[in-house]
Amino acid sequence: MSSKDNSPISRRAWLGATSGVIAAGLLKTQADAFKIEAQEAPVAPSDPTKVPGRLVSGVGQRAPGEQPQRLLRAEELSSSSRSPLAEFCGTITPSDLHFERHHAGIPDILVEEHELLVHGMVDRPMVFKMADLKRYPEVSRIHFVECSGNGGGAYNPNGMREELSVQQLDGLLSNSEWTGVMLSTILREVGVQSGASWLLAEGSDSAMMSRSVPLDKAMDDAMLAYGQNGEAIRPEQGYPLRLTLPGWEGNAQVKWLRRIEVTDRPTMTRDETSKYTDPLKDGTSRQFSFVMDAKSVITFPSYPYVLPDRGWWEIKGLAWTGRGKITRVEVSTDGGSNWTDAELQPPILSKATVRFRHLWEWDGDETIILSRATDETGYVQPTVQQLWEARGERTRYHQNHQRAWKIAADGNVTFGLGDLI
Amino acid sequence: MRRAVTALGMTLLVGCGPSGVDQARSAGGAGADGVMASLPSNAPDHFGFGADASEARVALWDISVRPDGEGLPLGSGTVAEGRIVFLTHCVTCHGATGVEGPNDRLVGTEEWDQWPASSTVGNYWPYATTMYDYIRRAMPQLTPGILTSDQTYAVIAYVLNLNGIVPDDAVMNATTLPAVVMPARDRFVVDNRRGGAEVR
Repeated sequence: MSSKDNSPISRRAWLGATSGVIAAGLLKTQADAFKIEAQEAPVAPSDPTKVPGRLVSGVGQRAPGEQPQRLLRAEELSSSSRSPLAEFCGTITPSDLHFERHHAGIPDILVEEHELLVHGMVDRPMVFKMADLKRYPEVSRIHFVECSGNGGGAYNPNGMREELSVQQLDGLLSNSEWTGVMLSTILREVGVQSGASWLLAEGSDSAMMSRSVPLDKAMDDAMLAYGQNGEAIRPEQGYPLRLTLPGWEGNAQVKWLRRIEVTDRPTMTRDETSKYTDPLKDGTSRQFSFVMDAKSVITFPSYPYVLPDRGWWEIKGLAWTGRGKITRVEVSTDGGSNWTDAELQPPILSKATVRFRHLWEWDGDETIILSRATDETGYVQPTVQQLWEARGERTRYHQNHQRAWKIAADGNVTFGLGDLI
Repeated sequence: MRRAVTALGMTLLVGCGPSGVDQARSAGGAGADGVMASLPSNAPDHFGFGADASEARVALWDISVRPDGEGLPLGSGTVAEGRIVFLTHCVTCHGATGVEGPNDRLVGTEEWDQWPASSTVGNYWPYATTMYDYIRRAMPQLTPGILTSDQTYAVIAYVLNLNGIVPDDAVMNATTLPAVVMPARDRFVVDNRRGGAEVR
């Protein structure tokens, strides 16, 4: 508590120094002092130690006071829900709070019947049951998944709202430990033919969501994942099988995977032509813009939090890049004039979120806080002006520019990017 | 056996070297960065888990259509036939003339300028074949797969005609559909970000 004017000591000092105080007033002050002393007598919190606790259960529950929720879009039939980033600690997203983005709802799949068909430019077209896939050598890796539309709500200069939470803005981001078989292992089994350069991945949802993926990525670090954070993948995340493409936009990481066709060219599906392409200011549209560039976001303090007091606070957030490892996150507490390195919480994993923290003594004046990430390729998270300059104000997807929060003198935190443009 | 050796050779070549697309730190790595290799060193050439997929099995699911027309089925449809299909199956979501919504606007030939209001088949879709691929997969939204091949070709003909891309007497089939040149054909460029420090 660093405030100068409100501490009991300074008030008493002020009273003592004031001449002409009438006796009644003095008595009242002494009575108040006595009352304060009585209130400050130690009181223990309510005591749980005198009754036996609840017994064991088959499935645990969150504490009653800890009920984080995904955020749904209320105005339409929801096809997405957003993770409550401000309520998370560490980096792993609880599986039931992983963001959702569906193109035709969540299919009901009978796991015993589910099959993955791999065909096309392969020596031996094959179908794999889940039990077949699980018999192949298994790996586990921690990676983020982010929708490439994440953050688009704070890009257009006319759309900068102050009442924007980190969940609303950037909640299409989650980070999980994925377990499965490397796609390269399965492609090795079927024998990829010479001349092949792409594949098509197709889901079992009622849109049969499909994306073309370069074979290089498939042979590098793509995974056929059936596990998420220690259990089977959740239905919303593609149960029983999804494609993971570490560091690439979520849409291409096809869920409910049922078919892989090896090809020598992209298929040009709807979701890689009329959607998930980035119109640029020169009149072209960037296609197959898979990689998610480096990004960071402060999750605390953020709207709608209210800082109750000046003094020491730890600014916390997440940083990630699809191009490898985050090497640095800087924080500014003065609207971008000065930057200080934040602490990065090890382990720093490739294509996974990193927790950053920065201890800050707030002086109580209005200010704007920002973060910017740097990755191992030397890429620095750009300002929104840099992205406008590079791509134009009307582009869509991949809007990884710096985010900002304004802290008012009364402690109210609002989305602050609009104040910087 | 020769095939198996060839396939393995290619896998090692592609899977263990650095990739131009991304940081290839994980595949086949020695574990210096704490990431496990994709495959144990004693893995056999083939495990044999899974079953061969017959041509008939592949055909059950092989529905992809590509810009050169590969994958298009037999059948055909006219603009007039497509109007009936559209007013029966599509009007609820896309409006009577393909512009009213509430879902995606399909018709609009003005220059692409404001997203999403005018991102349409007429000004943003690069390939007409994608319409066949997509409609067969996903449309109509609540009854996907209900349209016959003839109905699918017909409704494509109708939407292309509403966009002024094909004439009133157009007939769409496996030959004519890939030949349609879409207005947005040349606007698409493969990801031209170059990595490194550049903001692009």
